[in-house]
Parts: sequence; structure tokens; C-alpha cells
Amino acid sequence: MSKAIPEPVIRLTEAFARLPGIGPKTAARLTYFLLRAPDEISQSLADALHDLKTETKFCSVCFNITVSDPCEICADAKRDGRVIAVVEEPLDVLAIERTGAYSGKYHVLHGAISPVNNIGPDDLRIRELVERVGQQDVLEVIIATNPGMEGDATAMYIKRELEPKGVKIQRLARGLPVGGDLEYVDSVTLTRALQGRSEF
Amino acid sequence: MPRPERSFRTDALILKRRDFGEADRLLTLLTPRYGKLDVIAKGARKPTSSKTGHVELYTRADMLLHRGRELDIVVQVEMLKPYLELREDLQRGAYANYAAELMDRFTTRSEEDSTVLFTLLDETLQRLCVDEDPRLAVRYFEVRLLDEVGFRPELHECVVSREAVQAEDQYFSYADGGVVRPEHAIRSTSFVPIPMVTLKVLRHMQRSPYSHVQSLSISRALHDDIERILLGYITFLLEQKLQSVDFIRRIRS
Repeated sequence: MSKAIPEPVIRLTEAFARLPGIGPKTAARLTYFLLRAPDEISQSLADALHDLKTETKFCSVCFNITVSDPCEICADAKRDGRVIAVVEEPLDVLAIERTGAYSGKYHVLHGAISPVNNIGPDDLRIRELVERVGQQDVLEVIIATNPGMEGDATAMYIKRELEPKGVKIQRLARGLPVGGDLEYVDSVTLTRALQGRSEF
Repeated sequence: MPRPERSFRTDALILKRRDFGEADRLLTLLTPRYGKLDVIAKGARKPTSSKTGHVELYTRADMLLHRGRELDIVVQVEMLKPYLELREDLQRGAYANYAAELMDRFTTRSEEDSTVLFTLLDETLQRLCVDEDPRLAVRYFEVRLLDEVGFRPELHECVVSREAVQAEDQYFSYADGGVVRPEHAIRSTSFVPIPMVTLKVLRHMQRSPYSHVQSLSISRALHDDIERILLGYITFLLEQKLQSVDFIRRIRS
């Protein structure tokens, strides 16, 4: 980068450029926006960034990201602790919560098994899930990993690990998306939609 | 093969994929005419995208690609072979991982005709779906892949002395890429013992079509031994551990 650009500007531009989906041009644009913007915008951004790391932690029960431990969902006595939905990422918890159709608890794996990307079962929170099912009064585990090769492999591995515990294991249904077009649906999804068809 | 037009249509096997940007997927493809390609499938992570489900790992798809500045872009895609069994059986899926990883490591992005490699991987995925024991399909794949990428092991004559190999237990040298007669083993490096029976099965795999190899009855111990030699040789050639092997061992135990 040119010597004409002050060091703090370079540092922030490079820091932005490390974020996913942000290229060098966008990084420079964000930096110059902050330079010109009122002080409180950059101050609140700096505070938010600082608090993000210092005030959050993993919930010791479900491994979601939380401020308090256990997290609000795990501590909520109104939710059914006998049902656990297993998801890949914290954002998946938000997606299920948005439906308002689920009142059980969660377990966040923080990824999916992907040998090609060097992610094995030990890199995920699978062992903690098995321990949790063994220790708590759990009747049903809903595996809500993504419906792709990695998510399916993770689901099968978890099933294998949990089967000896005698717990009911379910997988989210696979089928047609709302607003989709039958013409464009792949044969795997359509096969599973046919297999999982229900009384109308 | 040079690509003449801005858009081109191809058959493709999906070797690798990773998330990219907001809702896109970056795919590594193996194609018959254009070799290995990195392409981007825009919006493929959204459930309502017309590409969702058609760009799954280890499936075969018919694609219309548009030449991009850095990456080619998937314009239209239709899955041709879903290889469903790989998605429903942990072990079969793990072997498909391994085959795709090997293909990826042994090939470069050179846009040369790869019809033989494409057919080999396509047939292997099919065999991994239907064969009772997926291990044989994977071993045959290894032997054929080594042949095609220029690392065919020499199994008939000693790589040190060039003498014909006698019908007795031999050594196999990873560094010299073939069999070494016991009396010359000392003149070779990185060698391991290879029993005659293992050598015979490997020779059979080198020269015969899969249907003939399938009729062999191979004990578990012999399977383990063939795997030891081939995996050792492949790891030596690639100079690094294969990531998918640990997972296969894990689920086998």
C-alpha cells in the first residue's frame, strides 16, 4: 500500500479485508466511511467489537454462544429439556427459534464432519452430546444438521453414537421448499419428498 | 482443450465444495473435456435456488458454465446421478470422500482431456453404491488412478536389477515405485515386505477389467495387506497424509 496512506488507515483496511465476503475495495470504502463519520459511530463499533469477545462465552450445556452460563434457553424451565435439537451452527438455533414451532432445547456442534476439510468427529461437540444424553433425562434427539453430504455424514455418525443410549433419534424432514418450483427440484429431494409424503 | 465460447456445457463430478460469500458455493469439478475446474454456483445455499440440491458432493451433473474473469460461473445445472447410497451409508460415503480426495490431489487445473479419469471416478462412485464390500472398488480405483497419472507401480521386474521377479515373497520400494528382489532390497530405500499373494492380486488389478477382479475372493487379511501397500505408496507420492483415511479407520473400528 502507498506510503501516502497513514498507518492507522492501512491497519483498519487490512483488518476489514480479513472478514468473509469483504474484498480490498470494500475494506477501503468502510475505512474511509468511518474516517468521515461522527466519532460515536466508530466508538460504538469499537466497543461492540471489544465486548463481542470479552462478554460472550460458550454455554456449558448446549455450546451455543451466550452472555450467561447456562444460556437463556438452557436455563428456561418452560422449555422441554427431554427433547434436544442438534444443529451445526449458532445461527441455526436462531433459524429454528424464528419458526416459533419448537419448544425443546438445543445442542450446537460448531461444524459438520468433513474429512476433506480435515474436520473429524473430535473437532465437534459430539462427545459432549453423548455425555449429555447419558446424564440428563432425554427422550428424543432431533438431528437438524444441514441436508448435504457433510450434514448427512454427521447425522449418521451421531446416530451410531447415540443408538446404545436407547433414545429416540429423529432427523428433520427433507422435501420441497415453500415458494420453490417442482421443475427445478433435484431428484434426491424429490425422492425424499415422495417418501415422506403425508395425508392431506 | 481450449474453451472457445463464453458459455460451454459439460458433464461434471463434484469433488469439493465450500461456502463462498453470502449464499454462494465454490465447487471443484472434474469434467471429461476440460479437466479439473473451480467454478462458482451463485445463490446455491438458498433453499429456493434452482441450483440447490443439484450441486451436491460426489454427484454427477450436467452443467452450463459461463466463463468468468477468475472463476467460471454455473448458469444452469441438473443432477444426473445422485449416488444416493453414499449419502445414506456412513462407510460408503467415507470411501467416496477418499476417492474424491485422491482424484483432487493427483490432478491439476490444466484443462486437458480427462475423460479416462472422469469415467474412472464415475464408475467407482457407482461401484461404491452397489458393491457389497466397497473396499475392492476403492483399491481398484487406486491402481487405475496411479496408472493414469503416471505412477504405475512396476510389479513384474525388480526396479533395482531389472531382473524378472520370482514366485516368492518380495519387497516393495515406495521411492523406486515397484517390486525389489529380496537380495537387492538393501540397495533400495523406503521399502516394505510384500507377500507373493498380495503382489498377484495387485498384478491382476493392473491388467484386468473390474468384472474379473470382482470375482476374486479376497480375505480380510489380504485386503488389509493390499491397502497397506497402496496407501503407503500413495502417501509417499503425495508427501502428506490423506485426511479422509483417519475417518475411514475411525468408523471401521
